Amino acid sequence: MSQIPSLLYADVEDDLRRAVRVMLADRAPIEEILDRSDQEDAYGKGARQIWSGLVEELGVAALAVPAELGGAGASWREVAVVLEELGRGVVDVPFFTSAVLATSLAHEAGAIDLLGELATGEAVGAVVASFAAPLVPPEGLTWDGRVVSGTVRTVAGVAEATHLLVPVADALLVVAAEQADALAVPSLDMTRRVADVTFEGVEAAVVAEGPEVVVALARSADLAAALLASEQLGLAERVLELTVDYLKQRRQFGRVLGSYQALKHRLADLWTSVTQARAVARYAAACASATDGPDASDLSVAASLAQAVCGEVALRAAEECLQLHGGIGFTWEHPAHLYVKRARTDALALGTPSWHRRRLADLAGLPHPA
Amino acid sequence: MTDVAVDLARRIEGVLTAHPPETTDRLEFLRARFAAGLAWVHYPEGLGGLGLDARYQPDVDAVFAAAGAPDNRPHGNVIGLGMAAPTVLRYATPEQQQRWIPPLWTGEEIWCQLFSEPGAGSDLAAAGASARRDGDAWVVNGQKVWTSLAHDARWALLLVRTGPTLPKHQGLSYFVLDLTTPGVDVRSLRQLTGEAEFNEVFLDDVRVPDENRLGEIGEGWKVTQATLMNERVAIGGGAGTRESGPIGDVVRLWRESPQARRPENFDALLRLWTDAEALRLTGARLGQQLEVGAPGPEGSGLKLAFAELAQAAASLQLDLLGSEALRYDDWSLRRPDFSSPPDRVAGYWYLRNRANSIEGGTSEIMRNIISERVLGLPSEPRVDTDIPWKDLPK
Repeated sequence: MSQIPSLLYADVEDDLRRAVRVMLADRAPIEEILDRSDQEDAYGKGARQIWSGLVEELGVAALAVPAELGGAGASWREVAVVLEELGRGVVDVPFFTSAVLATSLAHEAGAIDLLGELATGEAVGAVVASFAAPLVPPEGLTWDGRVVSGTVRTVAGVAEATHLLVPVADALLVVAAEQADALAVPSLDMTRRVADVTFEGVEAAVVAEGPEVVVALARSADLAAALLASEQLGLAERVLELTVDYLKQRRQFGRVLGSYQALKHRLADLWTSVTQARAVARYAAACASATDGPDASDLSVAASLAQAVCGEVALRAAEECLQLHGGIGFTWEHPAHLYVKRARTDALALGTPSWHRRRLADLAGLPHPA
Repeated sequence: MTDVAVDLARRIEGVLTAHPPETTDRLEFLRARFAAGLAWVHYPEGLGGLGLDARYQPDVDAVFAAAGAPDNRPHGNVIGLGMAAPTVLRYATPEQQQRWIPPLWTGEEIWCQLFSEPGAGSDLAAAGASARRDGDAWVVNGQKVWTSLAHDARWALLLVRTGPTLPKHQGLSYFVLDLTTPGVDVRSLRQLTGEAEFNEVFLDDVRVPDENRLGEIGEGWKVTQATLMNERVAIGGGAGTRESGPIGDVVRLWRESPQARRPENFDALLRLWTDAEALRLTGARLGQQLEVGAPGPEGSGLKLAFAELAQAAASLQLDLLGSEALRYDDWSLRRPDFSSPPDRVAGYWYLRNRANSIEGGTSEIMRNIISERVLGLPSEPRVDTDIPWKDLPK
């Protein structure tokens, strides 16, 4: 009928999900993430232990890295399953920024040594570009062939990083994180914070130069956008569960809230949207994993579709969670706000849903209005 | 190729050799294909199938189509193929299956369903058409409505009330009705499009043999549920190519007509495009689940979302057409031909697609089903489940 790749979960993916879920249930309860979400150095206060477990015991940072380059030789599909689980718990580890963004860019740009270290967890990477923009070389940096200078605002995952990948015009650089001045700023997403990164004449190693940098950035941007959808899917599923559970026990006017048709229909619509988000996110993960053929060449469409759909579904799910929890959902003590903050930030990260829709117009050959 | 595929290829070749499509009468060919078990391979042997997995069927259809073989005009018998046949297969006797299923599949006998009534729409279990026992038969009186294809049909699936003193779900029974029986009056029901796609069916002392009952007396609701689940799968499932379905016309207009590219509609168009693609992938995922024997509940959501997409696409088409959208092609009363999608103006599709969220279970009922059966939320407090049907306010 059609050449749509499998959008189901393979047994090995189910096994991986179980292992990650068991570990996170033990080490990353939402109460602890909530407790440290407004503290300085939340990473040192607990997230680092979760990261060690994920990387050293489960090897999740190595999944998408080819075996001959020191990785596990699985694929982005498995990475997507890990992201779903991390999204469910708004877990404050640098998996997306290091194991997806930095790893995909290192791979595409041929930074073999760094890639091996990212896979084992010896290195934690971050890409120095605003998290709220499609992946392009940021303005504000100068590179003279030897040293890099300047400031890039709102970079995600810097506090946890050991290595910074720095795209500049026509080159991709790598800098040890301690050589940069990272100024943590209060962040809308409290469980994935951003920082302003300043280089003051820092010597940097060149990983790649010339047109291949542009190609690597473009493909890495697609991979990251495609994969972020799985985090959004996991988040949406989880907040829907939380909301359904709450409406089954909360009583007002002598009735369980979940028996009111006005609320049931909203949740039915949301569930319907989540099923679509799952199909779209799985398709994006499948296209990200394909190395050739029609799925591989459809990656850009799949990535922008995934962000246009999953970005909005996750945000709506989180907002519905907050609204349907009523007053308690608006409090600091309830975790609903962590999900809202993550979902809102994710819908800015790597391009907004509107931006991705415009990009789809170009990819699908739908002319802009005159 | 697997052993199964080799065997199927051999059987197909056998049918095509013995009955060359170009020189064989259409019905004769279809009967031969049925007899060879290649009508629907997942049906039992002797009923047009081979007892195989349904996933082999698309390839069989494709090989026959490529050989220029006639098909059984499935669009003209959607209720027969999609709903009546599975219900008959599950509840009828072997003799009845042999009588009903072969001409159903070949299209020699069309089927319809007599479920909805003027007073029982979404609340189908309140149906009031009565059936009174008289010897070996039942005498049926009442009015059914929204009956597609009744004017073409020979047989109907009929839901009637046999126990008016019981609570509404318990007093229903389910029959197969021969529409040539005296007392059956099929009248066209004109719709807002101008067409008469549906019918009203009046039943006046119609005798139905008890042997045509499917399920036990009082089990009519259970049998109806089985039929309706098949209906929703038939309406919601399937995945075509990108930009197929309701989005196709609107993107074609956008590409081909510069004056249709109104800036104020651009984002709406792109939202529809992403919605259509998301739905296509969701349908594909549901199909993959069915293939591995693990159907999910996604079908209910697909029906709901497809209706919204089809309605929004048709409505946007009117906006893009501007003043041309003020015209309509033909309000005259006519019977639509189901063999191919009618060639009608955008305004027709705008109107026709309004039915997508009503027919086959309204979107509101679909939301109830999802929230109760999938999400496990409680039903609204019910006042009608424990009292005799005859005592319900009507």
